[in-house]
Amino acid sequence: MLSSANGDSVMKTLPGDEIRQVQWRFSDRFDLQMLVQSARSVARGLVARLVASGARNTHEWTEEKAQMLTAFDEAGITSVFMDPEDGGYIEGPKNFALALLAFELAWVDGGAATGSLAGNLALEPIKEKGTEQQRSHYMKLCVPPAPGDTRKAWRGAFALTEPIPYVGVDTGVLGGKVGIARWNDGEEPILHVEKRGRFITNMGFANFVCAAVDSDDPRIKGSCMVILEEGDPGVFDRGTPTKKLVHQLSSTTDPVFSLDIPASRIIGGYSVKDGVIVPQWNHSQIIESVFRRTRVTVGLMTSAKLLSAIEPVIRYQRGRFRGGASGAEGTPRHDLGLQMKEDPLHRLIDVWATGEASASLGFATARLFDEFDPLERETERLLGDLNVAPGRAQMRTMMEAQKRAIQFLEESAKPESGRYSTGVASLPDDTLVRFAITDAITNVLCPATKLWNTGHGANMMREAVSLMGGYGITEDCPGFLGMKWMDAQLEATYEGPEAVQRRQLSVTMANELFLTIFRGWIREMRGIASEYPETGACTLASAMELWLWSLTYLLEGKDADGRPLFKDQRQGVTFPMADALSWLLASRCQILDTIELAARGAERGLDAEALPGYVRFFSDLCHVQAARAAGETSRVCSLLVYGYNRHPGWKDEGACLTDEELVSAESLIPGSAAGVAGTADSIGADGTRATKAGPCAGHEGLETFQRLQKRLHACLSGSALAKDRAARALTSVSIPEALDYPA
Amino acid sequence: MESGYHIVVCGSLVPDPLQTLEPDVGPKGPALKNEMVLPSVLDPWAAHALYEAAHLAKEYAGSKVWLVSVGPKQRLQQLMMTVAQKAPFSFVPVDGSASGFCDPFETATALANAIGAIPDLDRSRLLLFGGYASASRDAGVTLQVVGEMLGITEVFLAVDSLSVSENGEISLLERVEGGNYLFSECDCPPLVVGWATGHLPEPPNNPQIGMANMRSIMPALQKAPQVQVGAEGVSFAKVELPQQQRTTRIVKDVPVEQIAGEIVAWIRG
Ligand SMILES: Cc1cc2nc3c(=O)[nH]c(=O)nc-3n(C[C@H](O)[C@H](O)[C@H](O)COP(=O)(O)OP(=O)(O)OC[C@H]3O[C@@H](n4cnc5c(N)ncnc54)[C@H](O)[C@@H]3O)c2cc1C
Repeated sequence: MLSSANGDSVMKTLPGDEIRQVQWRFSDRFDLQMLVQSARSVARGLVARLVASGARNTHEWTEEKAQMLTAFDEAGITSVFMDPEDGGYIEGPKNFALALLAFELAWVDGGAATGSLAGNLALEPIKEKGTEQQRSHYMKLCVPPAPGDTRKAWRGAFALTEPIPYVGVDTGVLGGKVGIARWNDGEEPILHVEKRGRFITNMGFANFVCAAVDSDDPRIKGSCMVILEEGDPGVFDRGTPTKKLVHQLSSTTDPVFSLDIPASRIIGGYSVKDGVIVPQWNHSQIIESVFRRTRVTVGLMTSAKLLSAIEPVIRYQRGRFRGGASGAEGTPRHDLGLQMKEDPLHRLIDVWATGEASASLGFATARLFDEFDPLERETERLLGDLNVAPGRAQMRTMMEAQKRAIQFLEESAKPESGRYSTGVASLPDDTLVRFAITDAITNVLCPATKLWNTGHGANMMREAVSLMGGYGITEDCPGFLGMKWMDAQLEATYEGPEAVQRRQLSVTMANELFLTIFRGWIREMRGIASEYPETGACTLASAMELWLWSLTYLLEGKDADGRPLFKDQRQGVTFPMADALSWLLASRCQILDTIELAARGAERGLDAEALPGYVRFFSDLCHVQAARAAGETSRVCSLLVYGYNRHPGWKDEGACLTDEELVSAESLIPGSAAGVAGTADSIGADGTRATKAGPCAGHEGLETFQRLQKRLHACLSGSALAKDRAARALTSVSIPEALDYPA
Repeated sequence: MESGYHIVVCGSLVPDPLQTLEPDVGPKGPALKNEMVLPSVLDPWAAHALYEAAHLAKEYAGSKVWLVSVGPKQRLQQLMMTVAQKAPFSFVPVDGSASGFCDPFETATALANAIGAIPDLDRSRLLLFGGYASASRDAGVTLQVVGEMLGITEVFLAVDSLSVSENGEISLLERVEGGNYLFSECDCPPLVVGWATGHLPEPPNNPQIGMANMRSIMPALQKAPQVQVGAEGVSFAKVELPQQQRTTRIVKDVPVEQIAGEIVAWIRG
């Protein structure tokens, strides 16, 4: 096992696939390694050529752009989503595979990635909640034809969002309607669907659409999702292309549908009760299970952008002054260029560290969903076997499982249990307990990935762009960084913008089971810190403690007017706490990936000479990131913990000492008056006082907070040294002669 | 009688040509700086040979393709993540150095031994393929030596085209001076073909083919014999990159004719 403190080793080249496979845990998944290569060749080949030749300059879906669909099909990208029995080739859950795919495509262009993923988004409702028959029917239609087969694969779109004032962020108020057109005795009812979409991806060519609609007919209960096909009787109008400023390689339009469809197109099927069609699933249930998974991949698209910026920025920095009159070959000005200066290096380290943390968070979440998928099915089966009816009975059973889970975790926390990890593998055999724990984690990690990776990622993309100077905001910028900056903003918006993720986190992060898990993670970070101090795991643990204390305080606390602080409506409290948590989670995952590299790199066959250099560099990045996360947490928590108390005024009773009290203080502890007078929290006999808002605010009840925060601040020791070291590594790391895709 | 060809392609990894390749003297003699951590690709000429082999095998039912590589096992495995997706083949890895500083005779010996050990290889149907040049060593002799060791005397180099007539005669075009081709006909295998670039594009990656190949590639890698290839006893007086002048200018939308014109003008000085 390598220690992160391993000597003075320096990273020699940019991390290659072998390193990533270990960090992101797919060194033994050859199917995924191949998928990565395959997607990369499409991204850095056709897609990059399209972008370089200006294909993003049109809003229309063109023949040129359509070449991507064929390339996706040929490279096995389309069929990743399908199970082998439906014509796919990857066994088992595919969240991680799709995450890697999105990462590779978005490395070059977010629109290309979105186009590929939106096809899956259309199939996802059918896959997750469709009937067996629907599933097999549409999967088979969408699987790309084998060579020689002349069949044309179907493509789909997912239509939830509607023209204002209907559904957007909130999925509640649906404008799309479904009613019964005809219902002849003994025959399948025919439904009439009216739906208008806004910003619907892949709509320029989709053959079918999964649309969310609400009943406007007493003979249909509630809402549902239905499958609309091109060719159904009525209007299937693709609508005008959206004038996007971003992701122009994907097709987006505002379609209009007015169609008659058989009731068998209700996703998940229906039953008839007292002459009323009752869909098996309402639209919210379906959407929740869909977005829960697909949002993770979106988060990784922004991570890819950040990491893709490193090489072009280093090349730009180094070459900045070459060819000029001053600075002949061999001089620092020639060889290092802008890298002679500290700030551009430090900023690039910040971009890189963010990219690493967000990729680690996203991939960890995607992998967890791969564990969650079978658990979810197993749980559904078990509840069925136990005859636990959906609704209240199910909730009760799950509450009990949650209690058992908490008990189990608390037991494991005792030192004598010998357990250290909170990984799913170490969980007990009780399926419901495993489900409860995994569910509690994914409920937090998924919105955190979407929120932090895209939101903070977009901010950091701006930093990356600025490091390229004027070049950064031109079409010619190597790595298309300017476009990626804008693209990141869309990733922060679609599939639910930041507000939606923060809202979800506000609920899930306060869940008792999650908080118990979180306590385990604090212990885990301290444990790691004792073995790998250079990763900044201790800094992170201290920040996690401060966050946890603050959350507990806010959950109970009231503001100066006696109003509760942690409430759904108080987004000023809940949202920043959600943000702070996301910083912490990303940093944690980054540390876990780095110690995986340190601990298993050698056994995974990584070059023994080079490995310590990578471990050192990635540990430094972890430390930099942990320190930033800690700073952010400290800022947010102090603001909330103190910010809702009213600042004392000079006139408030008992606010501060009078001169007489000061004198008596001086007689007790000589010099103390000077200290107090220094803060000038005193009022003279003549009423004079210092020129400030009032006496300094007290901190009654906040002593623990202060202690934790003080400790946290001291924990930042070493983090700036880590940044300096990482920055130095940037000046010597070797990069390729040219980018491996055109600009 | 069985039909089709038994095509053995010799090829291994070379550092990705986009990387900065700097000679360096390591503990075991000359090497490239950071060679073990530079990303690598299948030697481009050998890659053409592989695509031609796969194409031929597809056209002639009953054919089979092997790829024989001498290279560090771990890195070969990584290389397979792309190469295995290009075409169906059986992999015959030999765990040893793929450095450009190895003595080509030693590499050729390791290759010949590995080929000799392939079970069921029918020499009467054998086409021994490889690159006539290499992006790492370019010793220009490896393939001929392998042929010699295997007793194959028909050797064609810098081949751009191989076609088979109805009666099974093989015609080849070899590049010669002045942009001309030497046309040869050959009655039947076995023969050695050192490919130039051929005419086939790089096949797209196809993970499905890759997964099918991996079923035999992984066990083969696990069993790969180790060999010592290198240049023991040889001392290098000097190692340097060929002198080159690299002046890069980024241009857009320039017609091919104009680019060609500029190059000609530059050559003429
Ligand atoms: C290029 C593109 C492709 C798309 N593809 C699809 C697709 O294929 N299918 C599909 O169905 N949709 C698609 N969309 C729609 C996308 O999902 C929505 O635009 C997105 O969810 C935001 O909804 P909205 O635009 O109505 O924003 P709004 O609901 O108007 O939200 C705007 C802002 O208001 C604030 N806000 C709103 N609600 C709250 C709240 N409860 N609490 C706090 N703040 C709040 C937030 O700041 C939020 O960012 C796409 C959009 C684009 C731009």
